[in-house]
Amino acid sequence: MKSMAYGVARSHATRRRSCALLLSGALCLAMGASPPAGAANTAAPKAQAQQIEIRNFAFAPKSLTVRAGTRVVWTNRDEEPHVITSAGSLFASSKGLDTSDSYAVTFSKPGTYAYYCSIHPMMVGTIIVQ
Amino acid sequence: MQDNHDNEAGGRRQFLKCMAWAGAGTLWLMKGGVLHAHALGEGAKAAATDASFSFAQISDSHIGFHKEPNMDVVGTLRASVALVNAQAARPDFLLHTGDLTHLSKPEEFDTLAGVMQESHTRKVFYVPGEHDVIGDNGAEFFRRFGERQQAGGWYSFDHRGVHFVGLINVLNLKAGGLGSLGAEQLAWLKKDLAGLSAETPLVVFAHMPLWPLYPSWGWGTDDSAEAMSYLRRFGSVSVLNGHIHQIQQKVEGNITFYTARSTAYPQPAPGVGPGPGPMKEIAPGALHRYLGIRDVRHVQGKQVLAVTEEVLS
Repeated sequence: MKSMAYGVARSHATRRRSCALLLSGALCLAMGASPPAGAANTAAPKAQAQQIEIRNFAFAPKSLTVRAGTRVVWTNRDEEPHVITSAGSLFASSKGLDTSDSYAVTFSKPGTYAYYCSIHPMMVGTIIVQ
Repeated sequence: MQDNHDNEAGGRRQFLKCMAWAGAGTLWLMKGGVLHAHALGEGAKAAATDASFSFAQISDSHIGFHKEPNMDVVGTLRASVALVNAQAARPDFLLHTGDLTHLSKPEEFDTLAGVMQESHTRKVFYVPGEHDVIGDNGAEFFRRFGERQQAGGWYSFDHRGVHFVGLINVLNLKAGGLGSLGAEQLAWLKKDLAGLSAETPLVVFAHMPLWPLYPSWGWGTDDSAEAMSYLRRFGSVSVLNGHIHQIQQKVEGNITFYTARSTAYPQPAPGVGPGPGPMKEIAPGALHRYLGIRDVRHVQGKQVLAVTEEVLS
C-alpha cells in the first residue's frame, strides 16, 4: 500500500516538474487530475476522442463503451440534419447538425447514457461510461 | 390501424401505394363532400367545374437545403406557387404540410414567407415538420405561422361545410418512437369533433403520416390509431400528410390517407436503399422532368378517388 501510494505521489511530482516547464499551471492541474499512475504507464498521453458517425439515419457504433473522462464526438454524414438528445436530459442536446457538422460531449461520470435524434426518434444509441 | 396495414383481403381495406417523385403540389377539389385530388396543371381545369370549392396542398419545401438533387429549392417552391396561381379556378386557400425549412433558421423562415407572399390565395394554413422545430420546440415557427388557437399549436376551422383540423405530430418525440400527438392534443381532438354530425366532411392534416406507413424509417405516428378512432364515425375523412416526399395512399373504411410530394427533392420508396435521405442520383437539369407523371386511382365501393400528377415544368 505504502509503496503504491508513494508511486502515485512520485508520479504526480514528476508530472509537476515537467508541467513547470510548460506554460500554464492550469494545464498542469488538468493533467494531474486525470488518470491514475497505472494509466500513465500504458502510454496514451491524451484521452483519445471516440468518434460516432451518423450515417443513413443510424449511429455507428450504436453502442459505445468508454472510460470516464472520454470525449465523444458525433459527426453527421447524412444529407439530413440530426439532433443529439439525451434521454432523460443527462447531457446537453446538440443544435441541429447539418451535413459534416460535429458535436462533442465529455463524459466524466460512469453510467449508461441513452440518446436519440430528437427529430428522427427512431435513431437511438447508448454511451456506456465505465 | 396497425392490424390493417398489410391486410389485402377483401375489397374494403385495400392498400394502394404509388411512388412518385418530388412535385409541385396538389389541387384538392371538394365535390359533394368527397375530396378529389388533382395535380396542379392543365388537367385540373375541367375537373374543377363541378367542385364546390378547392384548395391546394404543398409540402416539404426544405428552404436551406442546397445539395443534390436540388440546388435551388427556392426556385422550385416559387414554381409551385406560380402553378397554384395559374389555376383557372382560384383555390380558396393553401395548405403547407410542414418542413417549410431545413434547419429552422430565421433566414430560412424569412425566405419561405417571402415566396408564399407571391401566392394569390388569401390564406395559407401551416403545420410544422420536424425540420421546423429544431432547437426551440417550434417557437419561431408558431410565432410566424401559428393559428394561435391552442397553446400546443393545433387548430381547426370550418370552410363551406367542411371541418378542417391541423394537428402537430413533430414535438415531444420519444426515443425509439415515431411522430407523436400526445394526450393533450388527442383530448382536444376528441372534444373538437364531438359536436359534429357524422355527415360533416373532415379534412385532417399533419406533417408526419398519421398511419404506420413505414415505421422503421420513422414514417408514422405513435398514437395515430387513437386519433383515427375518433374519425371513424364520419362518412368522409381525408387525412393529408407530407414528410416522405412522395405520394402514398391508403383507403381504410371511410378514411383516405394521402401523402404529398415535396417541392424540394424526392425520397426513396419505403425500404428502398439504406435510409430515407434525398435521392441524389438524378441527372443535372432533369429534376423538373422527373417530377413525374403518375396516375393513382383507387375505386372503393362507388367512391372514386383519383390522383393525377403531372410535370412541374
